[in-house]
Amino acid sequence: MQAASLSAALTAQGLACRRGDRVLFRGLSLSLESGAALQVRGANGTGKSSLLRILGGLLRPAAGTVERRGSVGLIDERPALDEHLPLGKALDFWRALDGSDTPLPDGLADLADVPVRYLSTGQRKRAALARLQAQGGAIWLLDEPLNGLDTSGAAMLSEAVAAHCDAGGIAVLASHQPFALAELQTLDLADFAA
Amino acid sequence: MLPLLFFLAVAMLFPFAIGPNAPLLARTGGGVIWVAALLASILPLDRLVAPDLERGVFDQLALRGVAEEVTMAVRLLAHWLSFAPLLLLAVLPAAALLKLDGETVRTLLLGLLAGTPGLAAIGLVIAALTASLRSGAALAGLLLIPLSVPVLIFGAGALAAPGSGGLALCAAISLLLVAGAPFAAASAIRAAREG
Repeated sequence: MQAASLSAALTAQGLACRRGDRVLFRGLSLSLESGAALQVRGANGTGKSSLLRILGGLLRPAAGTVERRGSVGLIDERPALDEHLPLGKALDFWRALDGSDTPLPDGLADLADVPVRYLSTGQRKRAALARLQAQGGAIWLLDEPLNGLDTSGAAMLSEAVAAHCDAGGIAVLASHQPFALAELQTLDLADFAA
Repeated sequence: MLPLLFFLAVAMLFPFAIGPNAPLLARTGGGVIWVAALLASILPLDRLVAPDLERGVFDQLALRGVAEEVTMAVRLLAHWLSFAPLLLLAVLPAAALLKLDGETVRTLLLGLLAGTPGLAAIGLVIAALTASLRSGAALAGLLLIPLSVPVLIFGAGALAAPGSGGLALCAAISLLLVAGAPFAAASAIRAAREG
């Protein structure tokens, strides 16, 4: 999908995460090179989202270091789109910031005039995916990306992630659902529970 | 638009409450307009930071390498533009309602021009601090009032003693607040992320 091939690396050493008084995980290290896809598994509340936010630099780890090469894109449960704007305009805000001129994908072009607050969870997720693709980041952090997506949406997401990794990007997916991706590494947070 | 209507409503209610006593109105009117302006600047606070924090807009901006300080400085400018210029225009009809003379209106306009950026700066910091709280909007109003007292004292004080340097002090406080606000608000956003 991307014309130029991406170069990325994501390394974490001895990460620990504390929320309030509870240590969620400790001693977590990982190293991902260009083209790698990693699925983070774990029961609810074991720190999947926190790990992704630490990897993206949005949350400071209680211990350990993270090194990133390449820009980071994030999808979480919040679409970061203005509820009162039509979808097209809301996405244009990010496209202008990212300097992207890729057209809207098929499923979304019809929704361009619909205000974001009328969209369903799955449609918001598709919009967030479109925002992520337009951003052109090298490291994708996807927090429960399958939530709310239907079968075709999930297939679209898997294709997008596969294309991203083929182009040399890194993808980290936090999900307890199985993923249809070749060469998917997995990391179970239960192994690092404190 | 809402802050503007609110401001005009206060200016309109005051003569009704005081009665048609022109000298009294003229003497107190300037202060009333200052208080109305302060209250009007509180109205947009609940929508200034909290919705974007909740939607993850600040996270997405941070991932793109936009510093929170820059985001907050832009937000400060937008907040000031959203209420202050219209408010300055609305001072003219409000002054007519309160029977203010030309000299007072001039001091009032200059004072508001100097003071409103400071009010906007305090508002931004408080909006950022209270963004992740449940009833942040009500708290924001309560917090803003004591913090804006210095701006009010020098801004409205200039009306009682024109040429006494009140305007300059008001502008100085305003400048200080505007310079510090983006940093304080950015820290508040980062702290909200950790919470």
